[in-house]
Amino acid sequence: MTLIAERPETIHEHPEHHEGPTGILKWLTSTDHKIIGLNYMITAIVMFYVSGSMAILIRIQLASPQSSLLSLQQYNELFTMHGSLMLYLFAGPFAFGGLANYIIPLQVGAPDMAFPRLNALSYWLYLTGCATMLMGFLTAGGAAAFGWVAYAPLSSAIHSPGAGPDLFILAILLTGFSAIFTAVNLITTIFYLRAPGLTMFRMPIFTWNMLVTAMLILIAFPVLASAMVMLFADRKFGAHIFSVTGGGVPVLYQHLFWFFGHPEVYILALPYFGVVTEILPVFSRKPLFGYKGMVFATMAIAALSTGVWGHHMFTTGVVLLPFFSLLSYLIAVPTGIKFFNWIGTMWRGQIKFDTPMLFSIGFLLGFLMGGLSGVMLASPPIDFATHDTYFVVAHFHQVLFATTVFAGFGALYYWYPKMYGRMLREGLGKLHFWLMFVGFWLTYVPMYILGLKGMPRRVATYPSGLGWHTLNQVSTAGSYLIAISFAVLLWNLWVSWRKPVPAGNDPWDGHTLEWFTSSPPPHHNFERLPPIRSERPVWDYNHPEAPALVHSRSGRGTDTSPAGTNVGPAAGKAGTIMQASEANRLEDASPKGREGYDR
Amino acid sequence: MKIEANILVGLAVFFAVVSLGYWFWSYEPAGTAMLAGTVLFGLLPGAYYFWWAKRMKPRTEDRPDATLKEGAGVVGSFPGSSIWPFVLGMGLFLVVLSLVFGTWLLVVGGVITLYATIGVTAESRRGGTV
Repeated sequence: MTLIAERPETIHEHPEHHEGPTGILKWLTSTDHKIIGLNYMITAIVMFYVSGSMAILIRIQLASPQSSLLSLQQYNELFTMHGSLMLYLFAGPFAFGGLANYIIPLQVGAPDMAFPRLNALSYWLYLTGCATMLMGFLTAGGAAAFGWVAYAPLSSAIHSPGAGPDLFILAILLTGFSAIFTAVNLITTIFYLRAPGLTMFRMPIFTWNMLVTAMLILIAFPVLASAMVMLFADRKFGAHIFSVTGGGVPVLYQHLFWFFGHPEVYILALPYFGVVTEILPVFSRKPLFGYKGMVFATMAIAALSTGVWGHHMFTTGVVLLPFFSLLSYLIAVPTGIKFFNWIGTMWRGQIKFDTPMLFSIGFLLGFLMGGLSGVMLASPPIDFATHDTYFVVAHFHQVLFATTVFAGFGALYYWYPKMYGRMLREGLGKLHFWLMFVGFWLTYVPMYILGLKGMPRRVATYPSGLGWHTLNQVSTAGSYLIAISFAVLLWNLWVSWRKPVPAGNDPWDGHTLEWFTSSPPPHHNFERLPPIRSERPVWDYNHPEAPALVHSRSGRGTDTSPAGTNVGPAAGKAGTIMQASEANRLEDASPKGREGYDR
Repeated sequence: MKIEANILVGLAVFFAVVSLGYWFWSYEPAGTAMLAGTVLFGLLPGAYYFWWAKRMKPRTEDRPDATLKEGAGVVGSFPGSSIWPFVLGMGLFLVVLSLVFGTWLLVVGGVITLYATIGVTAESRRGGTV
């Protein structure tokens, strides 16, 4: 049954109910972005727990010198699969398949994604990709054991025989195509399905960041797919693209992989920057500080990130050091702008330390340290000294844990009420945060020191007497805390399932359109829309008494439409209304009042 | 439409500069080829958007003063539900696995993929099933 989606002008008296299949058939046949988004998120979180368990095994192995818990082969398989699951199957799909899929159509006021059936296909390719990746453990030779980067020639048929590595390559092809399809879908949805009045520069920052992320996916993933096809051809069809004996060039693989790999880091980071940029203004009860600066910083980060792949290859000796070092340093500038604006958003706000806000602040601190050690590594002399040591491991774990876990699970706490119509418990959420926060620093700070003491990465055992033992023990203890914190999350989900606390449409007094519809949203999302006259239409609708914000001084004042007036009821929650003095400070120089919204 | 075009064309211009800089500094072919490909990624859709942005009236979502009334009406047709993405996904899964586990799977997977491709295309024309 094809449904014609109409954008209603007023409230439907009898909203059209969607008749469709139920039960397992509903799950198999759904093209609703919300169901697909939840499928994505649940699958990704399962992958996160599986991969996290592998990390715990790795940490137990490393807690004592000369440990014999795991064999060398098992250890190699575990760190390879830990990285692959986290990067290819959790962090990315959780953001652009899960969160973006669910939230973007709601934030732009669209009834669904632009290509719903393509969206469903993306999910099935992702799910089969997960199955293919894990299938490696069931083969005779075990799973792939060459690291998530699968460098040639280690990944060749001679050095890594068996079906496990083949399955690894094919799993990346499947999930890679699912990512490409989702990216096309996201870009089309954002370009063509926005609500009237929702101009590009009124879109929520999460939507902006997902647009830029989707473009990065379209730049990076085809290169990865081609690298994997070449690698597979080398392994199975006797090609010699990456083998020296056949006249190939192994370092070409590194070029191809990192041309994907560095943008991939930002594909994993930018959506979560967007999440934090959504959460901070809502819980600081202020509009975002420097909206346009945020948008341009996102674009600058994305553009620069495509020109820095060589900094992963400094020690190969065949890349242009000054070029890649320069561009890597330049990324610090837009990232600094983002930090400045995040702090500016919180500055003198009425901050409410609810769980999503705590996770966002945890992100700020963790990402700051991870980002700064990244700036250090952009310098070739420092990179030569620390390449392939635990210093690098600590750096990227801090960056990616801060983004994908702190901000990612902050997003879960923030949008869970919208997705299920019920709240998660604040107390358990805060317990989750504090355990994870302490565990995070305990786990990764010792790794920096270990790296500086010279401990190489990807080693299963180490001799005693090098001063590495105690630091590794601290790190392992930290990882246990993180594991306990995620048991608390499961407990929280269980409690919320057994004893639901209804969330209502707008539990956080949110800014963006998703908080206008019911929780969970109906089929085709909206029965009505508020007038869109700024980047926070729902807040405007709920707080008509608040003075207008003028972002640009040009203020042409063309807004004369009756829809621009605010007729909605004030939400009037205690303590949620911005103080007049606070709002007046926000550049309100316009005598035109609310008409002055126009950019 | 104009901002969308500017983003894509701007991306192409940025990468054109980077490609040229990279080539004349390093003479390294692999990276230059990939950067040049990125220029095309921005240029092709960007030029298309640019062409239309010049010729179209701004859409309601391009105008800051558009009212909800102006945007009311049909947004588009969306399939209610469809089994074909699932069938197609499973077909492709088997096709991919056949590369590891043997050609016999390719026969099964190929038939399912072909069947699902026909199904999904016919569904678009008929207006959906299931």
